[in-house]
Amino acid sequence: MSDQGREEAQSIESLGLPGGSPRLPIAPELGSVGADGPAARSQWQLFRARFLRHRLAVASTVILLALAIACFGAPLFAPYPKNQQNLVLGPVGPNGQHWMGTDELGRDVLTEILYAGQTSLRIGFVVALLSTIVGTVVGAISGYFGRWADQGLMRLTDLFLVIPQLVVLAIAIKGLGSTQVVIALSLAALFWMGEARVVRGQVLALREREFVEAARSIGAGPTRVVFRHIIPNCIGPILVGATLAVAGAILTESALSFLGFGVQPPATSWGSLLDNASGYVGTPQAYLIYFPGLMIFITVLAVNFLGDGLRDALDPQSTHA
Amino acid sequence: MIQFLGRRVIYSIVVLFLASIVAFVGTRIAFDPTARLAQARDPKVRVAEERRLGLDKPLVVQYGRWLGNFVQGDLGETEVSREPIAAKLRSGMWLTIQLLVWGVAVSVIAALIIGVYSAVRQYSVGDYVLTTFSFMGISIPPFWFAFIAIQFFVFTLPGWFGTAPWFYTFSGALHSDGVTGFNLDYLRHLFLPVLVLTVQNIAGWSRYQRASMLDTLNADYVRTARAKGVPRRQVILHHALRNAMIPVVTVMALDIGLLFGGLVITEQIFSIPGMGRIFVSALDRGDATMLTAWTVVAAFFVLLFNLIADLAYGWLDPRVRIT
Repeated sequence: MSDQGREEAQSIESLGLPGGSPRLPIAPELGSVGADGPAARSQWQLFRARFLRHRLAVASTVILLALAIACFGAPLFAPYPKNQQNLVLGPVGPNGQHWMGTDELGRDVLTEILYAGQTSLRIGFVVALLSTIVGTVVGAISGYFGRWADQGLMRLTDLFLVIPQLVVLAIAIKGLGSTQVVIALSLAALFWMGEARVVRGQVLALREREFVEAARSIGAGPTRVVFRHIIPNCIGPILVGATLAVAGAILTESALSFLGFGVQPPATSWGSLLDNASGYVGTPQAYLIYFPGLMIFITVLAVNFLGDGLRDALDPQSTHA
Repeated sequence: MIQFLGRRVIYSIVVLFLASIVAFVGTRIAFDPTARLAQARDPKVRVAEERRLGLDKPLVVQYGRWLGNFVQGDLGETEVSREPIAAKLRSGMWLTIQLLVWGVAVSVIAALIIGVYSAVRQYSVGDYVLTTFSFMGISIPPFWFAFIAIQFFVFTLPGWFGTAPWFYTFSGALHSDGVTGFNLDYLRHLFLPVLVLTVQNIAGWSRYQRASMLDTLNADYVRTARAKGVPRRQVILHHALRNAMIPVVTVMALDIGLLFGGLVITEQIFSIPGMGRIFVSALDRGDATMLTAWTVVAAFFVLLFNLIADLAYGWLDPRVRIT
């Protein structure tokens, strides 16, 4: 705990707060009151300061950005052209020329992974975006208006908790075709409910607060109250939920690929690469399994750490430094 | 308590009923049971098959007929081979139930132990190690974990020690031929599938248990109990743990559906002919009748485990028993 205290002191100093002499800030997060008047930090500054203190979250952000740049800039960064076969070479383990080795057709695994990452990352991002928007709106409506909207939503959520998600997805995708659009939309169609539940809970608590009553009493309509006053106040849980959706979407897409319902060739994703390599367990080509899975693992781990950092940074009650 | 449970049972039946409608309509939209006859030279073949299956009637009538048969235990026939679905599901169900029960039991016990340890020793080295592992556990793709586990336990580790693999894989069942009952053979078959099935749940649930346990450990009544001179061990295990488990049980009940998804993958990897494999093969064939029956049976199990969670609730929280 003493480490934590020291860190806090350091970070306050390094943030260049007014007044150099070490004063005892009562609540450092509220900013300190300097000689030249109060210097309250803006919400954004507070958030940034707290987020930067969460080392793992910062490292995860860097990793995720690097991954996204590498994958979407694959034409620039990939060491070989996409899908370039070298049947004479065949499968060789990781070496200087091919950092992650080559597959059974002599294709460079690193290159294939970078291109496949485009699909995985895109699905993760699109699903999170869609499910967050839908979940927030539905959750806000059911929490603010209550009654039948609330009842309907909660019973629907119950229903989808009873039917295993993977089953719904597999049936939907099998019936509608395994295109990326169908996969992304069906994932989003299942992931918004978790978000809606969280937002609903937040809204239920917030709608009784004084500032909401104040807004209402000066004549703000329900739309304005919900979107200008309530939703900005539950941005923390919403963003954390979005990171969970990214992680869930990438993991579920890979599980679908494994069952044969993921993206179909010629499109590839990390999950489909992994599925293609599944026959190599226990052979000298086991490296073909390690790398695609490792990419999913690293991405999802980074997204989860990022969510953890956001949770701490956006929660005003949080005591984590 | 009985009244409470009765209400839950009635609610579960309603949810099951709604789930069956969703499953029935959903599979009918996604699959056309006569699609395989689309190429038939004589279009009458397809019409005749539609009439035989009652597809020419309105959806409501079809559902009514299906429901009538379902409550009498007739789940229909598989599409091509026309085997009774009930018998087929029953044969797979026993294996799946074993995996499910072991999976839940191992996850719950491991998550409780890890959660309590992490909370009691908050910010210790052990807590940090376990926290790191649980973040890894929720981030790892389950089937990749399975591949790595097979690679390690079956191929790498025996190679180091020059012995035969300790654990059986790809056995086609949970026993070797001619062996039955609870014995070492059974456990050797269970080890890897249960490991794969539980890793995500242990990781996720232990986090909840830790957070919840920290809340109760800092509660006033726990301090009071310690001040009265109740031994630390008893305070942790009796006063704090019991209350900390209440929110965790909710999360566990919600995750049972997730476990079913895991079962599908696990059975596929380890070639266990349970319900998961039946599902995947029905999906491959586009067998709508089988998929409907499967989904409703799966929903039944999820609701059953939710009822067990309700019982656990009543045991943990006396307020539930009264109201």
